[in-house]
Amino acid sequence: MVLLQLSEPGESPDPHQHRLAVGIDLGTTNSLVATLRHAVPECLPDVDGRVLLPSVVRYHRDASTAVGVDALAAQVADPRNTVASVKRLMGRGLADADAGMRARYDLVDAGGMVRINTVAGLRTPVEVSSEILQVLRQRAEDTLGGEVEGAVITVPAYFDDAQRQATKDAARLAGLNVLRLLNEPTAAAIAYGLDKSAEGIYAVFDLGGGTFDFSVLQLSRGVFEVKATSGDSALGGDDFDEALSNYLQEKARGADLDCGSARALLVEARRVKEALTSHDSVAAEVPMAADGTRQIMVTAEEFHHLTQPLIERTLQPVKKALRDAGLKPSDIQAVVLVGGATRMPHLRRAVEAFFGRPPFIDIDPDKVVAIGAAIQANVLVGNRQEGEDWLLLDVIPLSLGLETMGGLTEKVIPRNSTIPIAKAQDFTTFKDGQTAMAIHVVQGERELVQDCRSLARFELRGIPPMPAGGARIRVTFQVDADGLLSVSAREQTTGVEASIAVKPSYGLSDEEITQMLQAGYQHASTDMHLRALREQCVDAERLLEATRQALNEDAHLLNAAELAHVEQNMTALQALVQSADTAAIKAGVDALSAATGEFAARRMDQAIRKALTGNRVDNLPI
Amino acid sequence: MAVTVTEAAARHINKYLEKRGKGVGVRLGVKTSGCSGMAYKLEYADDLSAEDVVFESQGVKVLIDPKSLAYLDGTELDFVREGLKEGFTFNNPNAKNECGCGESFNI
Repeated sequence: MVLLQLSEPGESPDPHQHRLAVGIDLGTTNSLVATLRHAVPECLPDVDGRVLLPSVVRYHRDASTAVGVDALAAQVADPRNTVASVKRLMGRGLADADAGMRARYDLVDAGGMVRINTVAGLRTPVEVSSEILQVLRQRAEDTLGGEVEGAVITVPAYFDDAQRQATKDAARLAGLNVLRLLNEPTAAAIAYGLDKSAEGIYAVFDLGGGTFDFSVLQLSRGVFEVKATSGDSALGGDDFDEALSNYLQEKARGADLDCGSARALLVEARRVKEALTSHDSVAAEVPMAADGTRQIMVTAEEFHHLTQPLIERTLQPVKKALRDAGLKPSDIQAVVLVGGATRMPHLRRAVEAFFGRPPFIDIDPDKVVAIGAAIQANVLVGNRQEGEDWLLLDVIPLSLGLETMGGLTEKVIPRNSTIPIAKAQDFTTFKDGQTAMAIHVVQGERELVQDCRSLARFELRGIPPMPAGGARIRVTFQVDADGLLSVSAREQTTGVEASIAVKPSYGLSDEEITQMLQAGYQHASTDMHLRALREQCVDAERLLEATRQALNEDAHLLNAAELAHVEQNMTALQALVQSADTAAIKAGVDALSAATGEFAARRMDQAIRKALTGNRVDNLPI
Repeated sequence: MAVTVTEAAARHINKYLEKRGKGVGVRLGVKTSGCSGMAYKLEYADDLSAEDVVFESQGVKVLIDPKSLAYLDGTELDFVREGLKEGFTFNNPNAKNECGCGESFNI
């Protein structure tokens, strides 16, 4: 069952027309997937409520994989087959792989591109990344209950063509349709809606787990251009953990830590660092080599003093980027913070002091890139018109539609739609061999054509003869910026087309429009019943027509009594159609369906026999 | 005539209205789709139109135009969770049959 989502006013999707689009932040340390739910961008959690997926893939001997938290946990036990930070290898040859990755993994050169030798065989960085993307795609599809139509994936602004192509390949391998690769700083700016703000120059300060990126963006006419990038690929939140861990070890004056407790101390340092974001002092439990733990108090001030050199290190690339772009800190209109490490209060203060303005911090810095990508994906997949927020548009005062069988109106463009607008709907033929279709364009809110205003009529001719319901006729309603309506009908297989243009508002005063609207509201209940009745009548006519056709061709399949029974039910239904009793007509339709069930089965048998006669089994098209 | 929302639905509507940062409530409606059958509309409401019928349920304002109300009278809007999926459903006593996925219905 489909669960409905809240939409923006006037943007409820048609049934089965949801276009699911996601934004993916494919990070060095963690990856996330986000989408618009109830028209609000959100990162999607897994079954355990975790939003961050550690970008770690572990390969097993049987070629199966573990991705995320499970893989991360195995990193110590099985380091060679557990691939982390694979983003550093994307689109790279063995020669340009960084030293850290070379030390950790068994890297092999294969045709100029690096591969990782694992217990499951050689794996390319593209394959490893695609494992991560597959998990995120699956999470999105489980959450949204449908296939993901497209994805926007973010990449660092400094990624070159080979790295971007590798990212695209990974997505394709994971079964994702890439709508666009988006620069990470641009995604962060979009998340804050800066693309809709005044033109100007913005900065994005991204301090992740292990990397620091700084970008200067220029916005002109809604498009971001990267003016300068800089950073430090070996500086991140982990360095703050390490500094604190060393400090604690020194303070505890314990003997040298063994490997296991060194790791435990690092984990503890990280906890203390995070706690110091909202507390002035925190008690650290330092594991001792002998036994047990020792408690050491750490104040925020100590931590700040301790890590001040790291903060200074982030400002060096910032100054360089500004210098490259020929800008002063005061030229920057807003600074966006990205990455979990930017939660540290003293870092925020340093950024504020440098630029002379408080940075943007409202959106969770871990999620901001994925959220921006989701917003962009939603626009690209066509769920939302770009620019509609600030363009003042005219609206259509009354719904526009056409007449369908039974004298019912089918609204194609609902009232209050902003113009210009174009909407298409598919219709089909009612009778076997029908070669023409009359299109009656009407305006109004009532359910029956007779109560609406007739705007125009035209015919589509030259439909190839097909069984009823076989033709696909696409009718397109288009209202241009001047309010001119043009309606076109096109048979999809042959391309025959007919069209007409009218001015719907012509000759209607405001009072008349108001009157038509009110009539629609007053007659809501009667209209509902009339619509149900007419639909039932159309159903009955369709069944009668089909039965008549069948009797013409194959009456010999029935004996006299059976034929009389069918005909009797037909006459009864024929009479009922004239009545205004929806339920009685429904009963009549059901009765005739039941009476012709056996007839239909015999016709089917006969058709199959005909198809099989004179054919050898091996000649049959199976 | 009335339309109601469950406590769970109200909680989520309020949460999303807050996240979105504007809106007075939600607008429920129906639209015809295809040759027969109705589809539900569920949207944020930014302002009230003169003809809107307004219900207040569980502290949530529910706006409906009178034409849609004919199809929705007695409906309860609920919020459900199935595994990772979550969203709103219409418990509509007027609906005779629904398509397999519950996105459209007939009276």
